[in-house]
Amino acid sequence: MRQIIIIFLTCLFVSLSGLKAQSLVICDQCELKTIKEGIAVAQDHDTLLIRKGTYREFNILIDKPLTLLGVDSPVIDGQDKGEIFRIVSDSVTIDGLSIINVGTSYTSDYAAIRVVKSDHFAIRNVVLEKLFFGIYLERSNNGIVSNNKILGDAQDEYNSGNGIQLWYSKNVVVEGNIVQGVRDGIYLEFADNISISKNHSRDNLRYGLHFMFSNDDSYEDNIFENNGAGVAVMFSKRIKMERNIFRRNWGTASFGLLLKEINDAEILGNTFEKNTIGINVEGSNRINYLNNNFVENGWAVKIMGACYTNTFRNNNFIYNSFDISYNSKLNDNVFDQNYWSDYTGYDLDRDGIGDVPYRPVKLFSYIVNRSPETIVLLRSLFMDIIDFSEKVSPVFTPDKLADTRPLMKKKI
Amino acid sequence: MGKILKYSFYDLIRSRWSYIYFMFYLLLGFVLFFLNNDVSKAVITLMNIIIVLVPLIGTIFGVMYYYNSREFTELLLAQPIKRSSIFLGQYFGVASSLTLSLVLGLGIPFVLYGLFRSDAIFDFSLLLITGAFLTLIFTALSFNIALSNENKIKGFGYSVLLWLFMAVIYDGLFLITLILFEEYPLDTFSLVATMFNPIDLSRTLILLKLDISALLGYTGAIFKQFFGTNTGFVISILMLILWTILPIWRLVYKAKRKDF
Repeated sequence: MRQIIIIFLTCLFVSLSGLKAQSLVICDQCELKTIKEGIAVAQDHDTLLIRKGTYREFNILIDKPLTLLGVDSPVIDGQDKGEIFRIVSDSVTIDGLSIINVGTSYTSDYAAIRVVKSDHFAIRNVVLEKLFFGIYLERSNNGIVSNNKILGDAQDEYNSGNGIQLWYSKNVVVEGNIVQGVRDGIYLEFADNISISKNHSRDNLRYGLHFMFSNDDSYEDNIFENNGAGVAVMFSKRIKMERNIFRRNWGTASFGLLLKEINDAEILGNTFEKNTIGINVEGSNRINYLNNNFVENGWAVKIMGACYTNTFRNNNFIYNSFDISYNSKLNDNVFDQNYWSDYTGYDLDRDGIGDVPYRPVKLFSYIVNRSPETIVLLRSLFMDIIDFSEKVSPVFTPDKLADTRPLMKKKI
Repeated sequence: MGKILKYSFYDLIRSRWSYIYFMFYLLLGFVLFFLNNDVSKAVITLMNIIIVLVPLIGTIFGVMYYYNSREFTELLLAQPIKRSSIFLGQYFGVASSLTLSLVLGLGIPFVLYGLFRSDAIFDFSLLLITGAFLTLIFTALSFNIALSNENKIKGFGYSVLLWLFMAVIYDGLFLITLILFEEYPLDTFSLVATMFNPIDLSRTLILLKLDISALLGYTGAIFKQFFGTNTGFVISILMLILWTILPIWRLVYKAKRKDF
C-alpha cells in the first residue's frame, strides 16, 4: 500500500514538474552555449529560448517534447555539413529560427528541419536560406507548418530539394508560407487530409505545388507564380482547389495546373493568368470546374483524352489564344453557362444567355493537336478564314462539344 | 535619281489616295485606343491588320502608279538620265510616301496616347519597321509585275493574285504540306517555309517579340531555339532585308534591258 502511494505521489510530482515547464536560455555568454547542450539538459515540455547570435551546429536531435523559440531570429549555420534539426518526439515546436547552409547530398535528403514519426509538431516563423530540403515531414501527423520563409537558390533540378515535403503524413496544416527558388515548392506524397492555404510559391524550378498519391487534400487562396510549372496534381482523389491564383507560368512547356489521373476534384474560383497552358488535363474524371477565370493564356484548358463527366460551368474565358484544346471526337464533358470573350452570338430575348451555341474548340487548335508544327501559322489570315468556316459548319471538331448557353456578360 | 524621287514623292503626297491611306491609319489608331487603352493589346490588333493590308495597298498602289506614270516615264527615258535612276526614283517615291502614311498615321495616335511612357515602344517600333519592310517588298514586287506586263489588266490581275497568294493561299498550301507529312519531323521545314513568304515572315517576327512566342516554342527543341532566343529575330530581319533587295535588284536589271 505504501509503495502504491509513493508511486502515485512520484507520478504526480513528475507530472506537475512537467506542467511547470522551465525556460532555458541559450546564448553566447550564457551557461548553455549551444542548442545541443540545451536539449541535453532540458526536461520534457521545457522552452529553449535561443537568443540572437550565430550557432554553428548540425545534426541536432530533438528527442523530447520541447519548444525552441528564437528571440530576434538567431541564425543556425549548418556549414553545409548535413541536416540541421531532426525531430523524433511528439509535441515539438520550432519558432522564429533562421537556418542557413544545409548540406547537399546525393544519397540522403538532408533537410533543415526533419520531423520523423512524430505528431503534434508546429513549425512557425522559420526562415530557411541556402538549403537542400527545407521542412521534411516523414510519417508525422496532426501538425502545423505556418508563416515560414523558404528562400532557396536552386539552379538545377538534380541537385536541389523541395521546400516543404510531406511524406506519409496526415492532417497537417500548411499555411502562410513563402517558398521560392527550390525544386518543388510544396511536395506531397501519400499525404492525406492536408490543408494548404495562403501560401505564396514562386520562382521554383519544377512545380509550385506537387501532389502524388495524396487524397482528400485541399488548397485554397494560394498564389503560384513564375514556377517551372504551377501546380501538378497526379494520381490523387478528392482534391479541393479553391481561389488560388496561377500566374505567369510562362515557358515553352509550362502550365498553370496539371491534372493527371485525378478523380472527383473540385476546382472553384481560381484565376489562371498568362500561363502557356492554363489547365492541362489527362485522364481525369468527374471534376467540377466552376467560377474560374482564364485570362490571356496560350491554351486555357487542354484536354488530352480519356476525360469523362467533367463539368465546366460559370467560368470566364478571356482573351486566350485557344480556349479549349481537345484531341478526341468523343465528348462526355459538359460546358454550360460560361463566358467566352470570343463569342460573337446575340441575345434577342435579353436574358443574358446567348441564343447561338459557342464552340470553344477551334479548327486550328484541332490541327495544332494533330501536327504541332502548324503552330507557326498562329494568327495568320488563312487560319482565321478556316476557323470561321468551321465555326459555321463543324466538320472536324466534335460537334457536341459546345456551350449551348454561353453568357453574354462576364461572370463576376 | 534624287530629283525623280522628289518629284514622285511630292506628286504622291499631294494625291488624294495618300491622304485617305493616312487618314485610315490615323482613324484606326485612335479607334483602337478609344476601345482599349492598353498599348500592347493594340499592337497585336494592329499586327493582324498590318500584315494583310499593307501588302495589299503596296501592291495595288505600286502597279497603279507605274501604269499611270507611264507617259511621264517615257518622257524621262528620252532625256539623258540613267534608266536605273528613273525606275528606282519612282519606286522609292511610291514606297516612301506609303511608308510615311503608315508611320505617321499610326505613330500620331500612339504618341498622343502615351507610347513613350509604356514599355510597348519596342514592339510598336518593330511593328512599324515590319510595316515599312512590307511596303518596300510589295511595291517592288508590283513594279516588277508591271514592268513585265504591258497589258494593264493582266498586270493588275497578277498583282492581286500575288497578294492573295502570299496572304492566304501560301498558308493553305503550307498547312496541307504539314498535315500530309505529319509523320516526319517538320520543325526545320516549317521554319524555312516561313522564310519564303514575307507576310509569314513579318508575322513571325512580330509574334517573336510578343509574349506569345512561348506558345510557339512549345513544339520542340528547334522551335524553342528559334523562337526562344535572338537567333530567330536576327534571321527574320536578315531575310526581310533579302526580300527587299532581291526585287529591287530585278527591277533595275529588267529596266535596263527593257525595250520601250
